[in-house]
Amino acid sequence: MTLVLEQLLNGLQFGVMLFLLAAGLTLIFGIMGVINLAHGSLYMVGAYAAAFAAAQTGSVIIAILAGLAAAALVGMAMELFVLRRLYARDHLDQVLATFALILIFNQSVTLLFGRQPLFVSVPPALNGSVELLPGLTYPIYRLIIIAVGLLVALGLYLLINRTRIGMLVRAGATHREMVRALGVDIRLLYTAVFGLGALLAGLAGLMAGPILAVQVGMGEQILIMTFVVVVIGGVGSIRGAFFGALLVGLVDTVLRAFLPGLLRQVMTGSEADALGAGLASMGIYMLMAVVLLVRPKGLFPANV
Amino acid sequence: MSEDAITHTGSPAPSTGRALMLLALAVGLIALPFLVQALGQPALVPLATRVLIYAIAAASLNLALGFGGMVSFGHAAFFGVGGYVVGILYRTYVDDGLFLGLIPGTSQLLITLPAAILIGGLLALTIGALCLRTSGVQFIMITLAFAQMLFFLFVSLKAYGGDDGMTIRRRNELFGLNTRDDITFYFICLTVAALVFLALWRIIGSRFGMVLAGIRQNERRMAAIGIAPYRYKLAAFVISGMGTGLAGALMANYLRFVSPDMLHWTKSGELMIMVILGGVGTLLGPLFGAAALVILETVLTSWTEHWQLILGPILLLVVLFTQGGLNGLFNRLGIGRSER
Amino acid sequence: MSQPLLSVRGLCKRFGGLIATDSVDLDVVEGEIHALIGPNGAGKTTLLTQLFGELSHDAGEIRLDGEPIDTLATPQRVRRGLARTFQINQLLPDFSMLDNVALAVQARQGHSFRFFADARRDKGLRQRAREHLTAAGLAHRAEVKVADLSHGEQKQLEFAIALACEPRLLLLDEPMAGLGHAESEQMVAMLSGLKGRVTMLLVEHDMDAVFALADRISVLVYGRIIATGTAQEIRDNADVRTAYLGEGDA
Repeated sequence: MTLVLEQLLNGLQFGVMLFLLAAGLTLIFGIMGVINLAHGSLYMVGAYAAAFAAAQTGSVIIAILAGLAAAALVGMAMELFVLRRLYARDHLDQVLATFALILIFNQSVTLLFGRQPLFVSVPPALNGSVELLPGLTYPIYRLIIIAVGLLVALGLYLLINRTRIGMLVRAGATHREMVRALGVDIRLLYTAVFGLGALLAGLAGLMAGPILAVQVGMGEQILIMTFVVVVIGGVGSIRGAFFGALLVGLVDTVLRAFLPGLLRQVMTGSEADALGAGLASMGIYMLMAVVLLVRPKGLFPANV
Repeated sequence: MSEDAITHTGSPAPSTGRALMLLALAVGLIALPFLVQALGQPALVPLATRVLIYAIAAASLNLALGFGGMVSFGHAAFFGVGGYVVGILYRTYVDDGLFLGLIPGTSQLLITLPAAILIGGLLALTIGALCLRTSGVQFIMITLAFAQMLFFLFVSLKAYGGDDGMTIRRRNELFGLNTRDDITFYFICLTVAALVFLALWRIIGSRFGMVLAGIRQNERRMAAIGIAPYRYKLAAFVISGMGTGLAGALMANYLRFVSPDMLHWTKSGELMIMVILGGVGTLLGPLFGAAALVILETVLTSWTEHWQLILGPILLLVVLFTQGGLNGLFNRLGIGRSER
Repeated sequence: MSQPLLSVRGLCKRFGGLIATDSVDLDVVEGEIHALIGPNGAGKTTLLTQLFGELSHDAGEIRLDGEPIDTLATPQRVRRGLARTFQINQLLPDFSMLDNVALAVQARQGHSFRFFADARRDKGLRQRAREHLTAAGLAHRAEVKVADLSHGEQKQLEFAIALACEPRLLLLDEPMAGLGHAESEQMVAMLSGLKGRVTMLLVEHDMDAVFALADRISVLVYGRIIATGTAQEIRDNADVRTAYLGEGDA
């Protein structure tokens, strides 16, 4: 039972990480109508910047700031120099240009840091476990990730529903002209929104560092899962991104934890492990297929 | 993205200029192996073979992407599965077993290629039936995701090499030809490519092709004349998957190796790049695009292992500053102007 | 009166708090030109769009020739004999006029899963399409790409495509809008030439055209039909005069 609870918490933790990425992707798509494949690169940039800063200075604060700043700055530069030219283009051009960005980012990082994964340790202050229930201890660090993710979700909720910026966000891509008529500097708004999305991706990246290996390609792996989240949740909907992310995080984690064990009851160990791992990684895509059959627009479609 | 490129294919009769260009292309492709041998560069034959194989895949993708307006980011799935059809059939043949307890193996190209086409088509039917319930950006994400799912599936299939893939010791046999010979294999691929391009040419100009082009331009209009877009898009997607599966089968033969790399999402990206480089929605564009990318890759890798750092910016510049890829560029430079 | 070709009963459509279509009853009799008029924002196009199946209605019933067509998608309704023109042109911009019409002919014939023969050399298609263009007075521009046509020509092409569907009931959404004086007169002549052969439901703001063409007129205000009758009856109707004609919109 405690094992199940622990895996559920792991799933929740993975889910909020996915949410941080999916939220940025959704904001950017919802407001600017751009599909950004290089969103995963921002996640990688955040992770590398934080890992590098931590190794150089040993300071957690500086590492966090470095990760956030690097992702946000790179994101805004990306918007300024590349994506801004793509708003009026079709999705195909956006896909290719941002695919080119991925190649550039991945190779640059390889050039700077090599192909070997960087390993980042959990900050000493957060390195420990607490006993949540009798018999269920859980790492503090992962609890903090969950808390940060939920706080961000709350913050985004307030931002979108209570502020002027949120109003503009909700007016969204469909009412671009109206937003312009209100006298808003739309270019500034776009860059700011892009920066925010990049910041969230960087946050996810820097928090992922101590849990996963920091390596080239980490961005795309999670990006594709983020796409699954967005499709399940409903394109353009932050609420959908939130619930979609938690669902995908939980399903993926639970399958990975328990499927090989279940298979081992019917076949030999090593084969069960391999097949179980394979099937588990296919699980969320199956989930996506089912959602598509039942609700092609996702579970929480945006109210457009 | 390239309106003038698209209308070319719509010109009712090919101009003499175009006919001459096609003839020159055909002669050039047939003469190529002998030419490069005479020049003492036999290594260029396998390179040209790779171009042809990728051209088949890219042209097939182009049917969905350029002519049907379906931006599929998952065509590596069909490519890779086509490859695995060859690999699995060969392994079954060598082991003298039955695949899934039913299907005997084979090393005959005349069986493996149709099998790859069939499986590619069935897979496209499944994936397409689901993905075409959506459109736009969702379609891009979903095709990408399903291809990734298959990638994970083949990674986990330890019986077929898992992560490491599997080698195919000998190329498939065809009429007792020595398929191991580079030039022979080149001509096999050239024949298949010619057939594929011929078929695509006919399809594009057919009633079905007209409907498909109409759907790309305006689905609402097509519904208003009584055409339900879904079936036509799905049919185009299936044909596209069949062609890409065929290319994958040839690639597995060419490499004598198949691995999940063929299913990797970057492979889908590469196929798209070829289409874009050559010119979206043009018949021969993918051939030029495939040639451009394969040659670029070969040249760049000989300079540096970080060749993607050069390819990335080139691609970025192409997307941002040229309209209609190489084909559009040629047109603007005045080549083939007679067609406008 | 025999059974109407199109019969609408209690049709309702809401967008949030806005009632776009409010219990509309409407009959269109075989052979007539039935005009649908009303001030801007009355919901005329919305009503047309529901009849054509591009927008689903919330309640009510639509029958074509006595058969309910409510659950049918647009392409199926087209095959049952409905066609429409669009106020904002919906054309295939990369194709020539002839291609646009030929596709409609092809769809009408129902043979579109043919993968090999060159559709542009298909005599059956091209000739039929040319006839439609000739009837619409567009034959001399047949090979011109749609994107290069004038607005008026595009409007006429919309009409030619709709006719190529060989409809029993043609829904016309402001066919005169944006046309010059001469083009308008041409369109009126074309419509009256078709009178009796094709039944039409005509949404139009040009009152001269409406009174010249329509056998019967229905007046739609705020999603409700407030009156139906002959041109004279509508002119004399006090409700209509206050609600609509008096406003000077015409």
